[in-house]
Amino acid sequence: MLRFIGRRLVQMFFLFLLFLTLLFFLLDAQPGDITSQFLDPTIPAEIRAQLAERLGLDGSVWSRWWNYMTNFLTGNLGLSFQQYPRTVTDVIAERIPRTLFLFTFATLLSYVLGFALGKRLAWRRGGFSEHAVTISGVLLYTVFYPWFAIIMILIFSSGLGWFPINGFLTPELWRNAPFTGNEVFGQMILSLVIAGLILVAGSYFSRRQQERRPAQIIRLVGYGSAILFMTIFWALKPEMRPFASNILHHSILPVVTLALVAFAGVMLLTRGSMLETLKEDYILTAQAKGVPERDIRDKHAARNALLPVTTSFVLGLAFIIGGGIITETVFSWPGMGALLLTSIVSEDIPVAIGALAFTGVLALVAHLLVDILYAVLDPRIRIQTGN
Amino acid sequence: MVTQEKRPEAEVEPVEQIVEALWRVRLRLAWSGFKRNWKLFAENKIGLMGLGIIIFFVLLALAYPVMRTWGPWQDGTIYDPVIGYDAPVEDFEIVETEAEVLDPDTQMDAFTAQLWCFGAVAGDTCSIPLQPAPPGNGHILGTDPLGRDIASQLTFSTRAAFMLGLIAALVTVVVATTVGSIAAFYGGWIDSFFMRLADLVLLMPLIPILIVMSGLWEVTLPRLGVLIGILSGFGGTAIVLKSQALSVKVKPFIDAARVSGGSNMHLIFKHIVPNVLPLSFLYMMFTVTEAVSLEAVLSFFGLLNVNMSWGLMLQTAQTQGYLRTGLEFWWLLIPAGVAVTLLAAGFFFVGRAMDEVVNPRLRSR
Repeated sequence: MLRFIGRRLVQMFFLFLLFLTLLFFLLDAQPGDITSQFLDPTIPAEIRAQLAERLGLDGSVWSRWWNYMTNFLTGNLGLSFQQYPRTVTDVIAERIPRTLFLFTFATLLSYVLGFALGKRLAWRRGGFSEHAVTISGVLLYTVFYPWFAIIMILIFSSGLGWFPINGFLTPELWRNAPFTGNEVFGQMILSLVIAGLILVAGSYFSRRQQERRPAQIIRLVGYGSAILFMTIFWALKPEMRPFASNILHHSILPVVTLALVAFAGVMLLTRGSMLETLKEDYILTAQAKGVPERDIRDKHAARNALLPVTTSFVLGLAFIIGGGIITETVFSWPGMGALLLTSIVSEDIPVAIGALAFTGVLALVAHLLVDILYAVLDPRIRIQTGN
Repeated sequence: MVTQEKRPEAEVEPVEQIVEALWRVRLRLAWSGFKRNWKLFAENKIGLMGLGIIIFFVLLALAYPVMRTWGPWQDGTIYDPVIGYDAPVEDFEIVETEAEVLDPDTQMDAFTAQLWCFGAVAGDTCSIPLQPAPPGNGHILGTDPLGRDIASQLTFSTRAAFMLGLIAALVTVVVATTVGSIAAFYGGWIDSFFMRLADLVLLMPLIPILIVMSGLWEVTLPRLGVLIGILSGFGGTAIVLKSQALSVKVKPFIDAARVSGGSNMHLIFKHIVPNVLPLSFLYMMFTVTEAVSLEAVLSFFGLLNVNMSWGLMLQTAQTQGYLRTGLEFWWLLIPAGVAVTLLAAGFFFVGRAMDEVVNPRLRSR
C-alpha cells in the first residue's frame, strides 16, 4: 500500500509539472505582458526594455518557462498586480481554507445523499416516484447553475430571510472582533475534521459487526461522542462562539446549493451502476436463497455498485470545482474560485496562475484519495498492490 | 427479418438488378435497424420527453426568422434582439410636494420629476419610458432593462445555442472517434500517449480553463464550440470510445479484412469507426448538454464575445441590478434560465434513453 501511494505521489508530481507547463504556455501566449499592460503608456521605450530585462521577460519562451518553474518550485509565485505589495502565496493562503471547506462539505454531502437515493431509485425501477425523482435529478444536473444559485438566494434569503444574502461574515459584528476570520475558520475546520473522523471510525467498527444490535449501539456511540466532542470543543471557547456561528450561518446556503447540484449527478450514476449490478447472477442467487430484500439491496448490490461511482468521482471532480467557482462568485464567498475569476477579469496573471495551479493540486490530491479509497473498497486491487 | 422476407423475390430477379440495387439494400437495412432502435428508444418515456423538448426548441429557433420575415416582428428595429428599443411611455402629472401625491401610478412630486424631466414644474406632464416593461403592449415576454424585446432575444439565442451545441458535438465526435479508434488499433505507446493525455485533460477542470481562455482572448461562439469539442474529445469521451473500439478490434471481421489485404487506415476508418459511431452519437448528446451550460455560464460572467445569448440576457439583468429584487421582474429571470436548463436537460434525456438502446445491460428486460 505504501509503495502504491509513493508511486502515485511521484506520478502526481510529474503530472503537476506538466499541468503547470501547460498553464504557463497558455498564459504566456496571451497578448501583452506587465511592461505593456500596467505601466504608464508614456514611459520611454528604453526604460520599458530595461524593465523587461530586469524581470527576465526579454529572453526566449523557454528561459521564461525555466524561470517560472524554478521560482514556483522554490515557493515564489510572484506578486499580485491587483493587491500590489502582497505576494501571491499570501493571497492564496488566505483563501484556501474557505474553498476547501466549501468543497469538502458539498462533496461529502452530495455523495452521501446521492448514493443513498440512487440505490433506492434503481431498486424500485419503473414506478412513478422513480420517474419523478429521475426527471428532477436530471433537471438539477443540467440546471443553469448561476441562475439556480440566484433562485436559491431569492427563496431562502430575500424571501424567507433564513440566511444572509451573500458574503462570508457580517462586517458589523466583526468590526471589533479579537480574532481574524481565518483564525475562527481554522478552529471550525479543525473541530469538524475531528468530529468527522470520530464518525468514520464509528461507522467502520459498526460495519464489522455481524449482528444488527451491537452494530447499532456502536454507531450510536459514534454519533454521541462526535456531538460530545463538538460541545466540549466549543464550550472551551465561549468568546469565539458567536463569530463561528456567524460564519456557519453564511456557509449553509452555498454548501447546500452546491451539494444539491452535485448530488444529482451522483444519484444518476449510482442508479446506472446499481442497475448493472442488479443483473448479476449473485443477486439472483441471494433472492433465491431468500435473503431479505433490504440486505440484498444494501449489502449485495449497493456495495458492488459503489465501485464505479467511486471511480467516477474523478470525473465529477471537475464538475464540483467548476461549480465551486460559480458558487463563490454568486454568493460572494471569498475563496479561490472568486479569486480566479476576479484575477482573470482584471488580468492579474500571477494570481491567476496560482489559483489555477491550486485547482490542479486540489484535483490531483482528490484523485489520489479516491485511488486509495478504491484500493480499500476493492479487495482485488488491494491484493494486486500488496504483492 | 427483412432480408428473409425479400429473399424469394431476389432469387427470381436477374443478377444485374441485384447488383444495381445495392444502395437500396443498404438503405433498407439501415431503415430496419432504425425502426428496431426506435422501438427500444420509444419504450423510454423520459427519452421521448427529451425529444419533445428538443423539437420544441427547434420550433422556437425557427420562430425568430419566421416572425421577423412574415410575422408581427417585421416592424423595423423594435424587435431586433440586440439593437431594438421600445419602451411604453407613462405620463405622470407633476404636483408640488410629495404629500400631494394621491396616486403614485399617475402622479409624482416636482423634486423626483427632475430626474426625468429637468425643469418641470407643478402642473406639467412628465413622460417616462418604462424600461424593463412587463409583458403586454406587443411584447409577449416584456422588455429587458435596455428596452429590448425578451421574446425575440429568447428565440434568437435558441439558434445560437443549437449552433454551438452542434459544433461542439461534431468536433468531439470526430476527435474522440479518431483518437479512440487509433489508440485501440495501434496500442503500445500511441495508446498510452493518448490515454495519459486524456487523464490530463480530465484532470483540468473545464470551467476554470475556459474562464482563462475567454478572459484573455476573444472567444466567439464558434471558437467556444471548437474549444469545448477539443477538450471533451481528447478527454473522457476518447477513453470510452477507445474501450468500445478495443472490443471491435478483436472481432473476426477485422481479421478477415486484414487477410483480404486491407490497409491499416482502411481497417480503422471502414471497419472500426462505423462500429464505434453509435456510441459516439450518444456522447454527442452529452456534449451538447455540456456546451449549452458552459456557454451560459461564461456569458453570465460576461466573458464571451457574443451578440445575444441566454446567459447574456441574465447577465444584462444581473449587471443592471434586477436579479436580486425578487420575482417582481420575473420576465428577466425566468425565461432565459428555464431555456438553458430545459435545452440542456432535453439533450441529456435523449442521451440517457440512447444509452439504454446502445447498452443492453441497462434495459429493463
